[in-house]
Amino acid sequence: MKIALSEVTKRFASTTAVDRISLEIADGELFTLLGPSGCGKTTLLRLIAGFAEVDAGEIRFGERRVERLPPYARNIGMVFQNYALWPHMTVRGNVTYGLRLRKLTGAEIARRLAAGLAKVNLTGLEDRYPGQLSGGQQQRVALARALVLNPDILLLDEPLSNLDAKIRVQVRGEIRALQQDLGITTVYVTHDQEEALSLSDRVAVMREGRVQQVATPKALYERPVNRFVADFVGTNNFIPGVVKERADGVAVVETALGALCARPGAPGPGAPCVLAVRPENVTLDGAGENVVAGRVRLASYLGNTLRYDVETAAGLVLKVDVGDPWQHEVLPAGHAVRVAFPASATLVLSHD
Amino acid sequence: MPPTPWPSTALFANYAEAWQRAQMGRMLINSAIVALGVAAGKIAISLLSAFAIVYFDFRGKHVVFWMIFVTLMLPVPVRIVSTYQVVSVLGWVNTYWGLTVPLMASATGTFLFRQFFRTIPDSLAEAAQLDGAGPLRFLWTILLPLSKANMAALFVILFVYGWNDYLWPLMITNTPDMRTAVIGIEILVPRTSQLPEWNIAMAAAMMVLLPPVAVIVAMQRWFVKGLIETEK
Ligand SMILES: Nc1ncnc2c1ncn2[C@@H]1O[C@H](COP(=O)(O)OP(=O)(O)OP(=O)(O)O)[C@@H](O)[C@H]1O
Ligand SMILES: [Mg+2]
Repeated sequence: MKIALSEVTKRFASTTAVDRISLEIADGELFTLLGPSGCGKTTLLRLIAGFAEVDAGEIRFGERRVERLPPYARNIGMVFQNYALWPHMTVRGNVTYGLRLRKLTGAEIARRLAAGLAKVNLTGLEDRYPGQLSGGQQQRVALARALVLNPDILLLDEPLSNLDAKIRVQVRGEIRALQQDLGITTVYVTHDQEEALSLSDRVAVMREGRVQQVATPKALYERPVNRFVADFVGTNNFIPGVVKERADGVAVVETALGALCARPGAPGPGAPCVLAVRPENVTLDGAGENVVAGRVRLASYLGNTLRYDVETAAGLVLKVDVGDPWQHEVLPAGHAVRVAFPASATLVLSHD
Repeated sequence: MPPTPWPSTALFANYAEAWQRAQMGRMLINSAIVALGVAAGKIAISLLSAFAIVYFDFRGKHVVFWMIFVTLMLPVPVRIVSTYQVVSVLGWVNTYWGLTVPLMASATGTFLFRQFFRTIPDSLAEAAQLDGAGPLRFLWTILLPLSKANMAALFVILFVYGWNDYLWPLMITNTPDMRTAVIGIEILVPRTSQLPEWNIAMAAAMMVLLPPVAVIVAMQRWFVKGLIETEK
């Protein structure tokens, strides 16, 4: 089911947690709300769920206006950050609670329970209590409980944040596979950019209650619209400067490191801007459109990459990634290098 | 005569005598009705009022809570005259209603449940709401089972308190068949002008003591659990 938000606003005493947000989420899409702590992700999700009331704006599921409906009338399923399993009920009790309230027959409840647990690979654990399950299993019980009522929309609030790193990657894959299987429209909240990039169809980056950019993971990473997004998603080198000229798909920007060529962005000639270039696009071979001299200050070996902090003459430190450290002898601190980066991977962004 | 470490043959005679003289059977039943009634009533009322205070938003919620809280500071003797007046207007003097109902409202219980409910994550209520449970169903199927240990702890405390209460039953009852056991002992306590029969008085005290002890022993496990651990 399609979700459409229009000018949705929610204020708390002194903060505007959600500020005039408009979004269209397509049927069957996995849409992620990404942003730092306190940016309003949970609040927006709770508005969609109906646990909080909008101060202004419209929410539609399909053609139906829902912003004044109570949560249970919206036909949604939700997985809470702390799972919110009822500790005194078994897995069976938790998953079938809603079914029992709907007065389904015993046979139908049993059938739906079995199907629901099978979906999340929990068959056989019906009689366990939540306290007797691992975090990952509790998470899947919560998912089964959310799905067993056949909701139109699934809402997930940081569902993986209580799991350890290895399990997180595994469960994230399972959630994505299940979501695609069911074709259920899903809104996923996270502050983890890697998680957002890896499982979303599209991502909305939020900041202080406003949406900064809505894009596919690839577009978000490669074409952030402003410095905040570029900084929040992945790692970037930022070089402040002023646009000198803009022509033929190349912008020339005057910076402390000299005049650099870049892919043009919103700021026009004369406007202050910031250049963004990702460490993996910077090389040490000194060949490219933009070449800067510097000295190695720090080398951090991460296994799959090797990251250098290179201090340039102007005092600006650039991060440089060597993608294949197996073939590379680590340079000592103080070693003089010439770093280079192509104009096509250098973005001109407005300051904010 | 030197005291012996074991009871003498007079033991049972003393108990029988005490039982007879003070209508002990009747008074123990009265005490049980009062203690159980007060404990159950207090638990029910404080559970519901804490539920209202924690889970509902209504105008004047904080005022209401503080008003309840302030009554904690007013001990029974302070309000006993006005309470008596109300009870007598209702025609409840010397009835079980009069013995129990005025003691049922409990700021302590309300406060205890409020604190406990606040440790339960909101999402537990929200998940139930999503599944279509109304407030009373949530209370009955989720909040109540989770509060079991707290209820047990409160029950023990309130039962003992109700059992031992002296002032109120003394005021509100005026016939021997409505007296509670604690008042009954007083009848058996020796007066200065009489031959002191401590043996009878002590036997009665023993009998009056046993029910609260039995309740504590029986519910000890729950009691301790309710006091030391907040289950999530
Ligand atoms: N019930 C509330 N009362 C008052 N302020 C609130 C309430 N809920 C949220 N806020 C405020 O609204 C803002 C957004 O909060 P929200 O919980 O949506 O952030 P979030 O993006 O989910 O953050 P996190 O990643 O930490 O969960 C914050 O400034 C928060 O303090
Ligand atoms: Mg949140």
